[in-house]
Amino acid sequence: MDTIYLDHAATTPIHPEVIKTMSEVMEESFGNPSSIHGFGRHARALLDESRRYLARSIGADEKEVYFTSGGTEADNIALIGVAQANKNKGKHIITTQIEHHGILHAAEHLEAIGFEVTYLPVDAYGQVDIEMFKKHLREDTILVSIMMINNETGAIQPIKQIATLLESHQAYFHTDAVQAYGLKPINVTDLGVDLMSITAHKFNGPKGVGFLYAKQGVKFTALSHGGAQERLKRAGTENLPAIVGMKRAIEVIEENNYLNFERYKQYNEQFYTQLKAACEFVVNGQYDNQSPTILNVSFPNTNVESLLMNLDLEGVAASSGSACTAGSLQSSHVLVAMYGADDPRTQNSIRFSFGLANNQDQMIEAATRVARVVNRLTKK
Amino acid sequence: MIYFDNSATTKPSQEVLDSFLTVSETYYGNASSAHQFGLDADKLLRKSHQQAGQIMNVEPTEIIFTSGGTEGNNLAIKGVALAYQKRGKHIITTTIEHPSVLSACQALEELGFNVTYLPVNQSGVVEVESVKEALQADTILVSIMHVNNELGTIQPIKEIGELLKNRPTTYFHVDDIQGFGKISLDLKRSYVDLCSISGHKIHGLKGTGLLYVKEGIRLFPLFHGGGQQTDKRSGTENLAGIVSLVRAMRLITEQKLHHPEYLDHLNQQLRQRLQEIPEVVINTPEGQAPHILNFSIPAYKPEVVLHALEENHIFVSTKSACSSKRTDESAVLRAIQLPRERTTSALRVSFSFQNTDGEIELFVRVLKRIIKELSKVMG
Ligand SMILES: Cc1ncc(COP(=O)(O)O)c(C=O)c1O
Ligand SMILES: Cc1ncc(COP(=O)(O)O)c(C=O)c1O
Repeated sequence: MDTIYLDHAATTPIHPEVIKTMSEVMEESFGNPSSIHGFGRHARALLDESRRYLARSIGADEKEVYFTSGGTEADNIALIGVAQANKNKGKHIITTQIEHHGILHAAEHLEAIGFEVTYLPVDAYGQVDIEMFKKHLREDTILVSIMMINNETGAIQPIKQIATLLESHQAYFHTDAVQAYGLKPINVTDLGVDLMSITAHKFNGPKGVGFLYAKQGVKFTALSHGGAQERLKRAGTENLPAIVGMKRAIEVIEENNYLNFERYKQYNEQFYTQLKAACEFVVNGQYDNQSPTILNVSFPNTNVESLLMNLDLEGVAASSGSACTAGSLQSSHVLVAMYGADDPRTQNSIRFSFGLANNQDQMIEAATRVARVVNRLTKK
Repeated sequence: MIYFDNSATTKPSQEVLDSFLTVSETYYGNASSAHQFGLDADKLLRKSHQQAGQIMNVEPTEIIFTSGGTEGNNLAIKGVALAYQKRGKHIITTTIEHPSVLSACQALEELGFNVTYLPVNQSGVVEVESVKEALQADTILVSIMHVNNELGTIQPIKEIGELLKNRPTTYFHVDDIQGFGKISLDLKRSYVDLCSISGHKIHGLKGTGLLYVKEGIRLFPLFHGGGQQTDKRSGTENLAGIVSLVRAMRLITEQKLHHPEYLDHLNQQLRQRLQEIPEVVINTPEGQAPHILNFSIPAYKPEVVLHALEENHIFVSTKSACSSKRTDESAVLRAIQLPRERTTSALRVSFSFQNTDGEIELFVRVLKRIIKELSKVMG
């Protein structure tokens, strides 16, 4: 019995094409992009080409892409870097209660050093309310950071509307697009954001690499200092094979015209339909109005720990929330923000997320296995 | 092709590539996930901690995997400084550190820390006595590299460690990025508290590295987030990179064990042959790290020599790759008070265990020819 992987929001398998590209780069282009000889120049050319490609993929200029070691680093640079560089304009920052911990803990750090942070609540569907946002926006707000798609529920946030509201405001607008990039084309200009974080391992690229988009003119300080790489914003010898691998990962998606989106949506629908027929559950969020790669559901009269343990034994790899908090027994901060800490749904919800490791046949089998576990656990 | 620029970066070994690819293909789970894919990944992660700990003779929990040497140095220096600033705000380092150490210290100066940048003597070595004199009651950190990347000079880490061992409020960080696998460093006997390593300098992959942090030392993190690696370094672990790093560490450690004299032999070979060329002056003193040899050809532009060598498929460097863009002068050579004609005409050869006598022979022959041809042009 093969375990079925339904945890693509935690991380995705690397695409075979990406592995192939990376091993070529490791073998043939191992030079240091800062070296002035041929190996260096060749590595530099590959680096520049990848930067151009990734920039183009979001409608940005190559000077606006800064490579990082992943989403957490990009989030931290965006938050701490922007706050530090703009504190003369104000000390107020707005984010939400449902951000990834990369944002939330960076925000807490900023509070500790004298910034003031507003954590916007969300409604019962996990969505930020525009009116609430307007109410909290102040003249001295210097940064707004709101994720594009929530990693636990798949709720899509109103980024464009918020960007419009900020058009004539001094605050920079950052979005954590880690769960969104690679599903549908993103254009930063249309969207109206100033900064955006991406990590490769969520769209079939390697772990340990990502990038921060920062619009030209956005002021931010660096977190790590050293060599003159990344326009002095992120020192360290560039992780060339991973960067080229990340570029290849989005290239594969573009070459397939983003058909992965439709495919994952189908998986989700098949799984959902099958599960609906076989056991009792309620969706956390709005089923029709969120990322098709993520389905977060509550199974009444169960408990998350025994669910996860039994699902694992039954051969379904799912999660109770973001992977980083999965090890701990705390309830999901996202569900708590949606329902309050005492709601049973914070204790009996599971996230299923779909992607490259799946196929259609697995969906029926997975739903059957999940229903078997749920029905067994809820038998009176 | 002769690659003599191993201090800039090395070619990853086949075994390293194999481990990276195998782990990427087979263990794609997130090590923080509670299901089987996650548990398998976590098991491999723990094993990597264990093996890295074994190789460095420290505890598995004392290893923090990073995205490379620069991150390791930044995490060590800013991490200690910010976590212990209540104890004191004084830091000691040297003028010949890598930019990742120097710039991290400068960033701390902007936050109100005091940094003493110790000079080195004419052999490129920091005097233990000068460290002693620089120590203050509020010194919280001493950061000194093991092997200098431009010159190859070895710093007296053990002596400095002994000097600091009875100062429980002063931590000792060593940048061992150029030394690891080539010059042994006993972390315990040298009383080192933190030590950075980078994968791509030891035939591992770019974007991999680790920081040893002695049990009990707090670090203020560079990245806040999911709390991975005991909250010292958040972010989904690059498991394939981590496994490949440990593989690279093991391979180079074994190589050193089985061929302890090999790099010295190459060094002696090259030194002797270079001494035959009257235009060449050797900058690296005798008895230093065997894999780095810095020399100058005064009056010859190093870039011109470098490119002429490159036309013959020989790759060396002028200065360290990271600072290639700044000025035409090597700050490290200036720090050892060489005359300007030498600080502006330096070339660096850096070996790995893969280099051979034959390559040295060929290199010297080509270099002689290049000098002869260039001297004709220069009239
Ligand atoms: C929304 C979101 N932001 C940030 C991250 C962090 O990215 P990384 O694991 O690459 O550091 C994740 C995933 O872990 C995420 O889901
Ligand atoms: C002595 C020294 N420290 C730190 C570094 C930085 O390491 P990395 O390139 O992995 O960031 C280097 C090399 O670039 C180095 O030679």
